[in-house]
This record gives sequence, structure tokens and C-alpha cells, in this order.
Amino acid sequence: MSAVIDSGHAHDEHAHGPYGGIMRWITTTNHKDIGTLYLWFSFTMFLVGGMLALGIRAELFQPGLQFWHPEFFNQLTTMHGLIMVFGAIMPAFVGFANWQVPMMIGAPDMAFARLNNWSFWLLPVGALLLVGSFFVPGGATAAGWTIYAPLSTQMGPGMDLAIFALHIMGASSIMGSINIITTILNMRAPGMTMMRVPLFVWTWLITAYLLIAVMPVLAGAITMLLTDRHFGTSFFNAAGGGDPVMFQHIFWFFGHPEVYIMILPGFGIISQVIPAFSRKPLFGYSSMVYATASIAILSFIVWAHHMFTVGMPTAGILFFMYATVLIAVPTGVKVFNWLTTMWRGSMSFETPMLFAVGFIFVFTMGGFTGLILAIMPIDIQLQDTYYVVAHFHYVLVAGSLFSLFAGFYFWVPKWTGRMYDETLGKWHFWLSMIFFNVTFFPMHFLGLAGMPRRIPDYALQFAGFNEIASIGAFGFGLSQILFLWIALKVTVLGRGETAGQRPWEGADTLEWTHLPSPAPYHSFHEQPVVR
Amino acid sequence: MMTNRMVNGTGAALLALSGAAEAAYQWNLPAPVTRVASEIYNLHLVMMAIILVIFVGVFGVMFYSIYAHRKSVGHKAEHFHENITVEIIWAIIPFVILIAVAWPATKTILNLKDTASPDITIKATGYQWKWGYDYLKGEGEGISFLSNLSTPQDQITGNAPKGEHYLLEVDNRMVVPVGKKVRVLVTANDVIHAWMVPAFGVKQDAIPGFVRDTWFRAEKAGIYRGQCAELCGKDHGFMPIVVEVLSAEKYTAWVAEQKKKIAAAADDPNKKWNLADLKARGEKVYAANCVSCHQANGQGVKGTFPALDGSQLVNGPRGRQLEIVLNGKRGTAMAPFGKQLSDTDVAAVITFTRNSWGNKTAEVIQPSEISSARK
Repeated sequence: MSAVIDSGHAHDEHAHGPYGGIMRWITTTNHKDIGTLYLWFSFTMFLVGGMLALGIRAELFQPGLQFWHPEFFNQLTTMHGLIMVFGAIMPAFVGFANWQVPMMIGAPDMAFARLNNWSFWLLPVGALLLVGSFFVPGGATAAGWTIYAPLSTQMGPGMDLAIFALHIMGASSIMGSINIITTILNMRAPGMTMMRVPLFVWTWLITAYLLIAVMPVLAGAITMLLTDRHFGTSFFNAAGGGDPVMFQHIFWFFGHPEVYIMILPGFGIISQVIPAFSRKPLFGYSSMVYATASIAILSFIVWAHHMFTVGMPTAGILFFMYATVLIAVPTGVKVFNWLTTMWRGSMSFETPMLFAVGFIFVFTMGGFTGLILAIMPIDIQLQDTYYVVAHFHYVLVAGSLFSLFAGFYFWVPKWTGRMYDETLGKWHFWLSMIFFNVTFFPMHFLGLAGMPRRIPDYALQFAGFNEIASIGAFGFGLSQILFLWIALKVTVLGRGETAGQRPWEGADTLEWTHLPSPAPYHSFHEQPVVR
Repeated sequence: MMTNRMVNGTGAALLALSGAAEAAYQWNLPAPVTRVASEIYNLHLVMMAIILVIFVGVFGVMFYSIYAHRKSVGHKAEHFHENITVEIIWAIIPFVILIAVAWPATKTILNLKDTASPDITIKATGYQWKWGYDYLKGEGEGISFLSNLSTPQDQITGNAPKGEHYLLEVDNRMVVPVGKKVRVLVTANDVIHAWMVPAFGVKQDAIPGFVRDTWFRAEKAGIYRGQCAELCGKDHGFMPIVVEVLSAEKYTAWVAEQKKKIAAAADDPNKKWNLADLKARGEKVYAANCVSCHQANGQGVKGTFPALDGSQLVNGPRGRQLEIVLNGKRGTAMAPFGKQLSDTDVAAVITFTRNSWGNKTAEVIQPSEISSARK
């Protein structure tokens, strides 16, 4: 992932190159450098969040309390969620946007290069606050990643640090989104009309609008929480005229679009990879764009399906149930389009394609369980059980994470000029795929049997499947060490076969057709013309 | 944060691995005992059937394509990339299927929201970390008790073999008659909890300051178990719900017995207690209400729950301690116990803390002091 400085031809036009050493990274305004920073940052956070997950699974390996106090266990589940969502998945997609959006639309860089630097460098600050909160009195926040009031008003200073961290990371996301939107709308090469931009760019454009719409809502909710905690307000305290359920409404008005923020760019990556390895154009490009937009719009009117058990009026339940099942329509369209793209293609299965097909398979299973959860009476049984845990890991790990892996293997030859280790890549896929399912598939049964989420200890009837899930989790965790090695090898160590300009014969976007591998530090000095 | 049981834990883990074959595996929702729960059970089966058909269809196509349309078997790519008719059809078909499955669910929703004309109304209150039940209307009116986890601490820490109903057993079960419509008013005292009994198809969040309701009509006598389903802090995993469904006669007998107990347990508020008796009673109150945070040795948990042993507050003038026990401490998990405990129990537990571990004030706090502190 390390960007390669093209000393050969960039310097005749630019009087000065980047600083050397660490200052290059701190002061960089180059979209490729910043993309690299985002990706390494998110991968680091992914490993931290993964360690927390293994702490959870170790405790749940068997009934009884073995390793942690219940309070610390709650800190583990909470911080695992917050770190994975805000530290790993979201920044990883921004990293892809930084690297790919300018190259795919024929722009030399992002629209606001200095803002871009600032959006990235806010993140380590937020991450430091978040991870550092483990070490303050009382430890990190243990109120769940959803930080429901009034439990979150009971927490110690760890909660305040988390609130500040979310504010900072939210600001970073908003700035990043402004930059991405501006870049896409203003800096496309001549001839690159909106209905010609690659689907990855489209999905990020829509995602960026979602981010701008909902991050301020989260900021509002956590600010109200902060004033409830310290300044005597009662937004979420019934005794002072507030309502604890209002926090959930505000949180999920952010939270539901947020889950699409974490999957739409993944859809975009899959929509680039599938046609490239099927050697066939994407089926139904415009319906893909409309489906993405529909999902984004629907995401604003379904939030209360996360709250079917709070005791809503019947009319509210019916509205949110019917609106929610509607999302299956555009999502189905996407899956059908990918399958039809593969249909009668000429497929080959290098690692990116394996992850893309794996994505379709497991993401669709997550979609099915989402449909089951949308049916409110069934949700009464499954809400806040392990079924929900299984569901959202199927869409977030098998969905977002697998799409990120697919994207990494797909584009790393362009970024570094070298091929990753194909054999190890395939190992990485199969190990991830198998252990993922060993970990999360049994959780469906745990949820059906009624095991609640976020408990450090459980009744004996849940022992069997928990044991299997824990074994799978450790396998999945170790498989990611393999990925770390694969990534280090091709980027930092620079080992691997030299990749040509277009190592994937079916890939036809601008970065493959117009730029050498590795892509020069400053690409597209002269605008390409798209016909 | 690592407990000193880690070594025991790993040893036990290896043992458990060898005994994995004996572990229980439950594959589906629990056997329903109410009509709503059976409707949910069937809805889930229907959904699974539909999903299975779609699954086989979609992935049958995908895996066939992966098998047949590979470059390595020499398949040449075609170049079609749009077909409006097909695209409209596969948007409409799922739409129709979705409406078809949502419709029967609608009827179940109307049913499960219908809490009108109950035979018995019981209020369930979530506390950190136990449930309280108040029989408000119908047979048994006036009965009121708290329901605590009864699994011994030794079983949780692995120092004793785990019982059959590990973590799903309580000291006082909620008792209801079979075949009667029971309306449950659900609320909470501190943070949000959720009252769940899977066999009844019931789950209702308990929201502090608000009263929500749900209902069930159990069709079979028996004991049904559930757990708090909303993260509510440290002991979220340790506040089970156990409902015992009795025949009408047995229920009547139970009600009579409870009424007798209530009469017998009523304390004389003006009784003068001596130190030993009150301390002994306080120890029980402490074990049921305080021990999970402040710990049996009174040391609390460093940084989270303050120690009582050697605490200035507990050894100093009693007024401040009385106020905190009665009214709680805002912004912490310390609940206002004045709402849950009788004057005698509050007096007892304060006396206990002021005369236990290293604390030796030799003070006896009489129940009358508590009632005057309440004003």
C-alpha cells in the first residue's frame, strides 16, 4: 500500500517533491499517501478490535466466569463495536475512496488536498482517546456501542472520552465526505458523464451524502448525552421530563443509514471486481445506480425496526415493518445483477474474485436473516439475542470486510506495481470464509434458543454452540495475521512479481487503461478524454 | 482486570473440550406455550421455507454459472449488459413475496398488541440487577416481592459444579394461573431492562419512568425461563426471569400462602433492635442488594464501585450514608434503595456496613431513624 514516488517524470513539472521520512506522511496532501495512511490506520484498528473480540470469545468459550469481571466484559463488547465501526470499517472505505476515486474519474487529486490531510490526522487523535479510555478510572465505556441512555449516563470518564472521540471521528467523516462529493461532482475528466462513472464512485457519492446527513445527528445525540451527564439537563431522564427512548430514536436515525454507509462502498467494490473477472460488462449499470440510491433513501425511514420491543404503537410497528421489508427489493436487484454479470461470462477465480463471490454468498445470507428480523413478531423473539449478532456480522464481516479484502487484492497491483502472493491470498480467502462461518453460523441457533447479547456468562443449554463459535473466532483471528503478512510482503517489502499496467484483462476503468503500475505519485497531469 | 481464576479457567476449558459431546444444542425457538408464541413459531418456519427456496434458486444459478462459465473450461464471454424487462420482473417478484409474508405477520402484531381485558395484571419492575413483581389486579392482588438470581456465586466462579438451571433460577418466581390472560406492566427503576420469556413469545423493554405493557395466556402448566434482554450494566447476564404456571387450584393456594407470609413478615416499625440481630438481618439484605458491586469483602471494585470497608462515609456521621442509601447517587449505579427496601431493611443494612470488616462504629441504627429520615 505504500505509494511509490515517481521521481522520473513528476519532478520536471513540480519544483519540489514530498518531504522525506515521517514528515512526508504528516504533511502530505497527496491522495495516494493519504489513502495509504487511512488503510494502515484502519487495519491497525481492525487488529485492536479483533483482539477485543477474542477477549469476548475466550470468556464465552465455556459457561462460568473465567477471565474477566462482568464490567470489563461489557467494556470489551462496547469497545469492540465502536472500534470496528468507527476505527476500522469506515476509515478503510475512505482509504479506498482516496486512492481510487481520483484515478477512476481521471482527476489529478482530491478537490481539497489540505482538508484531506486534516480529515485523516483527526482519526489517530480520536482513536487515541477511544483506546486510551481503557486506562482511566472505571475503564472504558461499558454501555454497548449503541450507548443507550440512561445506562450511558451512569458510566465513568471513559464515556466522556468516547463521546469526544466520536465527535472528532464524526468531524473527520464529514470533511472526508465533503471532499469526495466535491471531487466527484467537479473533477471528472471530459466525457465522463455521471452515468459513465464507475459504480464504486457512484456508491461513494451516495455514501458521502448519507454521512453528511447523519453524522451531525449522532453528534447531537452524544452532545445531549454529555449535557445530561455533566450539566444537569434531562433529555433522556424521565424524572426531569425527558425520555430514554428518544435517545434510541435519534441514535438509530443515525444508526440505520450508518449501516449502509458501511456497506454501499462495498457494493461498489464488488461491482468493479465481478465484471473484471467475468470479462463481461456489469449487468444493469443504471439499475445498480438507482438501487443504491433507493437503498440510501429507504435507510432514512426504517430506523425504528431496531426498536420493535420498546413498545411502539401498532401503527408505528406496521409502518416500520413494511418499510423495512421494502429494502429487500433494491438489495435483491443488486444481487441478481451481479449474478447476471457472471452468467455466460468467462470467469477466473483469482483472490479478488474469490472474495467477491464469497461476499455475494455470505452477504445474501445476512440479507435473509435481516428479512426474518424485519418481521416484527419474529423479531420479538430474536431482538437482543445472538441471532442479531449473527445477522450483523454476516453483513458487516462477510459484507463490508470481505469487500474490502476483494478491493485490496484487486487494486494492490496498481498501487504498488507488484502482484500479491496468489497462493497465500487464496489461503487467506478459504481460511477466512470457513472460520467466519464456524464462528457466526452457530450464533443463529443461540439466538433462536434465546441467548441474550452482551452477557459474560450463559446457561448450560447454550454451551455447545458457544464452544464452536469461540474456536471459529480464534481461527478467524489467526487468518488475519496471514493477511498482515501478505500485505506487508507486497507493500512494505516490495516483494512479488512485477505487475503490468493492466494485470486483470477484464478491468477497464481509467486507472487500468491510462496509468502505469505503480500509479505515479501525481497522476493525470493531463486530463484523459473519455469517449 | 485478569481474575486470579485464569489458570483454573484454562484447565477447565480443556476438560470442557473433551466433554463437548455432552453439551446441549438447541436448534430452534423454544416450544411455544401461548398462541402468540405458536404463531411466531409458524411464521418463522414459513419464512425459513421461502428463504430456502430463494437460496437454492439464487445459488443454484450462481454455482452452475461458476461451474460452466469459467475461462479455464474455455467459455467465451457474451456481452449483454441490459434487459429492462428482466430487471423489472425481478424487482416485482420479491415485492410480491414480501407483501405476502408481511401480511400474516400483521395479524399476529394486532394480536400481540391487544392487552385489553386481562384476568390478572402484574407489574414487573427492572432493577439493577433483579426483577420486582407487584400483583396489581385480579386474584393475588397486593402480593409483591423481589426476584433475585439464586445460582450460588461458587457455581459462577467455577468452584462448584453447575446446576441444571444455572443462571436461570431465582429465589422468588413469578407465579400465574394456567389459561388466564395475564397483562404485564413493564417498567424499570434505573436503566432500561427487557422482560423476556421466549416460550410465551414475550419481550418488552422496561423503560425507567414509563410503563409499557404486554400480555400472555399460558396454555400449559410448568416453569418457563427467560433473561433480561437489554444491556443494563454489570450484572445484565445475572437477572433471569422465571415464571411458574400453576393450575387454578394450586394458584389459589399459592396466593393464600403469600398473604400469610406478608402478614407474618410485617415488621413493627417501632421495635428497638439490638446490634447482633440487626447486623444478622443486614447481612442478608447486603447479600441480596449490595454484594454484586461492593463485594462480599466490602472492598468494591477499584475505580468503579467504591469500597465500604474503611470508607470515611461509612465510618463518619450516619446522616450522609443514610441519604445515599435512601436516595441513591446520581450518575452512578447506586440506586435509591429507599424505594425498594423497608425501613427495617435499610436500618439493618446500614448497621451491617458500619459494623463489618474493619468498620467498628458499634452503632445501631433503628428503623425509626430511617422513617424520620424519609420524612
